[in-house]
Amino acid sequence: MLAALLVMTGIALVLGTALGYAAVYFKVEGNPLAEQIEATLPQTQCAQCGYPGCRPYAEAIASGEAEINLCTPGGDDNAQKLAEMLGREFKPRGTPVEKLKTVAIIDEQTCIGCTLCIQACPVDAIIGSAKQMHTVVSCYCTGCELCLPPCPVDCIALVEEPRTPQNWRWKYPVKGLKVVA
Amino acid sequence: MISRLFSFRGGIKPDSHKTESSEASIRNVPLPSRLVVLLTQGSQGAARTIVTVGDKVLKGQCIGEAEGVAGTAIHAPTSGTVTEIGPYPMAHPSGLASPAIVIEPDGEERWITHEPLDPATASREDLILRIQASGIVGMGGATFPSHLKADSEIETLIINGAECEPWITCDDRLMRERAAHIVTGSAILAHLTGARQVLVGIEDNKPEAIAAMRTAIQDMEAVARKCLDADKMNVIAVPTLYPTGGEKQLVRVLTGIDVPPDKRITDSGIQCFNVATAHTVCRALLHGESMVSRIVTVTGSVERPGNYETPLGMPVADLLAFCGVKPGTSRVLMGGPMMGFSLPSLDAPIAKGCNCLIAASNELFSPPPPEQPCIRCGNCANSCPVGLQPFELYWASRAKNLDRAEHYHLFTCMECGCCAYVCPAHIPLVDYFRFAKSEIRARNEERKTAEQARTRFEFRSLRLEREKTEKAARLAAKAAETRAKAASEADSALIAAAVEQAKMQSSVQDKAAPSRDQQT
Repeated sequence: MLAALLVMTGIALVLGTALGYAAVYFKVEGNPLAEQIEATLPQTQCAQCGYPGCRPYAEAIASGEAEINLCTPGGDDNAQKLAEMLGREFKPRGTPVEKLKTVAIIDEQTCIGCTLCIQACPVDAIIGSAKQMHTVVSCYCTGCELCLPPCPVDCIALVEEPRTPQNWRWKYPVKGLKVVA
Repeated sequence: MISRLFSFRGGIKPDSHKTESSEASIRNVPLPSRLVVLLTQGSQGAARTIVTVGDKVLKGQCIGEAEGVAGTAIHAPTSGTVTEIGPYPMAHPSGLASPAIVIEPDGEERWITHEPLDPATASREDLILRIQASGIVGMGGATFPSHLKADSEIETLIINGAECEPWITCDDRLMRERAAHIVTGSAILAHLTGARQVLVGIEDNKPEAIAAMRTAIQDMEAVARKCLDADKMNVIAVPTLYPTGGEKQLVRVLTGIDVPPDKRITDSGIQCFNVATAHTVCRALLHGESMVSRIVTVTGSVERPGNYETPLGMPVADLLAFCGVKPGTSRVLMGGPMMGFSLPSLDAPIAKGCNCLIAASNELFSPPPPEQPCIRCGNCANSCPVGLQPFELYWASRAKNLDRAEHYHLFTCMECGCCAYVCPAHIPLVDYFRFAKSEIRARNEERKTAEQARTRFEFRSLRLEREKTEKAARLAAKAAETRAKAASEADSALIAAAVEQAKMQSSVQDKAAPSRDQQT
């Protein structure tokens, strides 16, 4: 009886020490769920979900604060993916938008060099300095539209990315229906 | 020397339809009213235009410089005036436009001064630079820049004269009529790449071409002998089987080496050039002629099928009009019937990779019967020359299950069309694969930009955070300084006050002292 108690206590002590050690030394940095969620988000950093970027939104979803269908660029596809991943209910956004990728273009003649758009850009894709002309580095631009409202002279426009043979896509093969009668 | 040939798995034997166009010799075409030279001619980037509207140009004059190491130059295909620089439709399944230089010919065909190079004495760098400056790209259809391929160290050079695709005969005619130049060009390429042997692979349905090439090797020109011994070059007749003309298939047939899908043939010490590319290299180096024309097979439903020496930039419609399109032609195929595509616009000009135009009518190419469900017969897998399972790829592509398609090695597929040819259910398999491939490419591109945006956003957040803490630290330091200053000012004021007080006291004592003296 005593021997059994001692053995059990001994095992409990050893395992407890091992677990305590593991909790301290093998601690996972950050929130792994938030990282998984973030990987599915389109990284436009547009803040249209109400959070200041994709990472904060992912963290909000992970902690259960936010709905999973708030991402505008990701659309229903993204919400569906998140619903599957998190086992939450899929709620359609109701606005199916098939948008081509857009990039911001600054009309350099009109720009007054106020730097407001530079401060608004979430990915540092606008270069320029005070009272100097600004321009958009188009390969970094995510088309988030955050630079549009602060511009006092409305010199920023969003244009669709031109189609080239490199980004042109083959259509899904559709078989023609034969007309009978 | 090589007694044994090897075989690759799969392959098909479609009706060759070569004799329609292979019997007449190569003919010239009259200059059209305008030539549209696209800036994008190679697969690795566009040229940078160096002429302006109104410039007079000579035949062979450079009008677009190669941009970057992989770029290729473009040249005026005839003498004349530059009338326009603007977008024109490309010979591409999308029908998208690309910037082009439009030249109005003056009809004189005046060449720019030729500057030949002697391959035996010129340095290797000069020769490779000349190949780039002459705008030479792979003429079998892939248009990969030739100077990049020539700049490699290999053992065996393969010259591809297989021309396995039905209907096309431009390489056949070129080998029959201009074998000497092909042989010289191949010898120069062997000299550049350091190859010890040259194998010319030709399908055995072209006996005249094989004989012409063998004779040309026996009577090799002196300049070619300086680059390579005649006994190092061999013409090998290979069995007629589509797609023997595929690069890796030809390597397999001639050398027995199976190049893995993720490796290039140079990794196995082999390089491969098309016969037309070897011919152009010879013209560029020995005669100083840049690439300004190519031989195009025009066949199918036309009055005068054959091979035409066509200036680059000639609109497809003009070339077809010269050959006389028969009534009943419903569409025009560019490239062969297996790997080619239907041209969306006949305004597209002839580019460096256009080897064949087929005017297709419903009698020649009956419209495909309706697609039926896959019955899992496995014919496609048996015919696939790269050992894929097209039916698996088809299901994955059809269901837009891109990960699964990649898992079944979709990108190993070279779209040769064997699977669709043998499919008893008439499923357009290649169309599904092309769709899935472009979707996967787009998805990967999106992931890349998303990842880039994420790191840039994170860096920006980090920077703003750092700026905030730095500002706080600066303010704190300043505040501390001000406090210290105020404190020290207060201290000095106290000292001054104390000193003042002390002075006052002492002067009071001084005033008081004499009276005390007087008293004493």
